[in-house]
Formats: sequence, C-alpha cells, structure tokens
Amino acid sequence: MRRRRILGYGAACIGAAALMLFVGWWQVDGPGAPEPAGQLPIPLSAMDFSLTDHKDNKVGPGTLVGRPTMVFFGFTHCPDVCPTTLSDISGWLDDLGQEAEELNVVFITVDPERDTVKAMAEYVGYFHPGIRGWTGEEEEIAKAANGFRARYWQVPTEGGDYTLNHTSSVFLFDAEGHFVSTIDYHEPREFAVPKIQRTMKETGEAS
Amino acid sequence: MKNMIKNSLVTLVMAISFAVPVLAGSEDVVVEDAWSRASIGMSRPGAAYMTIRNTGDEAIILTGLRTDLAMMPEIHQTSTNAEGVSSMAPAGEIKIAAGGEVALEPGGLHAMLMRLQRPMTEGESFLLNLVFSDGSEVMIEVPILGIAARGPEG
Repeated sequence: MRRRRILGYGAACIGAAALMLFVGWWQVDGPGAPEPAGQLPIPLSAMDFSLTDHKDNKVGPGTLVGRPTMVFFGFTHCPDVCPTTLSDISGWLDDLGQEAEELNVVFITVDPERDTVKAMAEYVGYFHPGIRGWTGEEEEIAKAANGFRARYWQVPTEGGDYTLNHTSSVFLFDAEGHFVSTIDYHEPREFAVPKIQRTMKETGEAS
Repeated sequence: MKNMIKNSLVTLVMAISFAVPVLAGSEDVVVEDAWSRASIGMSRPGAAYMTIRNTGDEAIILTGLRTDLAMMPEIHQTSTNAEGVSSMAPAGEIKIAAGGEVALEPGGLHAMLMRLQRPMTEGESFLLNLVFSDGSEVMIEVPILGIAARGPEG
C-alpha cells in the first residue's frame, strides 16, 4: 500500500518534470519563443494587409502614408493596459492641440473575434476623436501585426473566457511611412509629446 | 434622558464612521484615492485602483476581494517585458508591511472585476470589500469615473 503510494508520487513528480521541460521548450525554442529582439517594424509601404476602420471604410497601410502616424495594438476587452494607453494617447493629442490633426492615430485590435466594427466604433468613441479603430479578418490582423513586428496571443481565463497578451508599445512613423521610434507603455508624458513632435518635424524636413 | 444621550451618541459614532473612507474592518488599514473606470455594458471586465496603507505595527496580507458588482473580483498584475509585450496574471496574496503601502495603479496591480453583474456607470460608485488573511474585511466605496479616466482626479 505504502509502496504504491510512493510509486504514485514518483509518477506525479516525473509528470510534473516533463511538463516543466515542455513549458521550457515551448517558451525558449518552441512556437512560444520570442521573436529575436531588435526587430523593427518594416516601412508602411512594404506592409500588406486590408482592414476596416470603425466607420466601415476599407483601410490598409497605404491609408497611412502621407502623414505621420501613431499605431497601437490592443483589444476592447482589455481592462488595464488598453484604456490606459488610449487615454494617454488622448492626453498627448490634447497637448498637441491643432498639430494633432496632422497625425494618423490608429488602434488596431488583436481580438477580431470580439471586436467587430461596431464594438470598435463604440469603444474609440470614448477617447480622443482623432483615434481610429481598425479591425478585420483574423489573418489580415496577423499580417498587420507581422509588419509592425507586434506580437499577441490568446490566454485562456477561468470560465472558458480568454484574454490576450500583446505588444503595448505605440509605434511612430514619419509621413513617408518609415518607422521612427516607439513610445513604450507608461513612458512619462514629458517624453512622449516631444517624441511625437520630433517625428512630425522629421517629416516636415524630409518633404 | 439617559437613553436620548445614548442614542445621539450612537448616531454620532455612526456618522463619524461613515465619514472616513474606510467603513468597517481592520482599523489599521487606510484606503485612499480609490477609483474605477466605467464599463461598456457587462461583457468586458472592469478595473479599480487605490492605495492601501497599513498604519499598524504588524504586516497584513490582502488575500482577496468581494463585491456584489462582479462575480469574480481578483487582484491582477500587469507586467510588460523587454520586448514590449504586456500580460496580466492573478497577483495572489499581497503582503503589506507595517507602515507600508501598496498602490493599485494603471499598468501595475489592479482590482480586476470579472463577470460584472451590472454595468459600471460613470458618476456612480460601488462597494468593494478587501479581505485580509485574519478574516477581517475593509469595505470601501469606489467612485466610477469615465472610461478615459487616468487617475482618481479623472
């Protein structure tokens, strides 16, 4: 009886160890492996995807070329990071005042399953009017994220629900569609607004 | 006459206890700057933020949350890794040292309100119980600000 119990424990331990090895492999070498660090978004003109904005217009990377652009990936069921980033962006746009009208500001969902055009329209409506919400087919979202070198994946939560982990940096592009820099999550506003202004100026000098 | 004095004393004590932000429970816990964001309907989880101070001489452990607003209220931690990917996970028990404080703020710890039982409407508030390891609870009132709110000031 006792021996059987010991055997049982042994099997459980081996099982746990195997699971840990698998998880380790998944995260380091397997499909869960992080993209090599330092990968930067490709130029907008080299990207290829087709989405729909919150006003039901067909949009793509070409829509953004011609003006400096700010892009953020997220989802509307996100309780903390996304509303915080969108309200930060709204604050930066308020600070920029009229200058903000020269910018494309796009929030691309990584949760097309739940974020329909209607859901995006309702959600972005609560933030700065300059912010556009883009959604579309799963594979088109994947193509967009790939161009920006943004990552996202679903994580199941209790009760059959899911949340998503995702790149939360804000990407800045000049008017020609070249990547300039990112504003990382929670960067103080005193750094963010000058960064945006530099991006806009860079464009002015180039064109 | 004696009864009248007693009654008015009770009323007075009640009035005072309702005036301070902490309504009941552990005396050494002070909760400040509580706020939350309005929700769109009930299908999305809500989030609430606050600062919890332990003014006592002993560490306290926050073990959970309770509210009639949400079936699954839990403290979660948002973290962002070197590649800029943000993720969220239950924070587990939170120890607050004697004289210490813990801030629940955007991008860090937050009270995640899953399975809302009613929409969170801007301008309203809800009651939230903080549950500690000794079984005591602290009830606070959390104001609901706009969806785009950035802090307790809106």
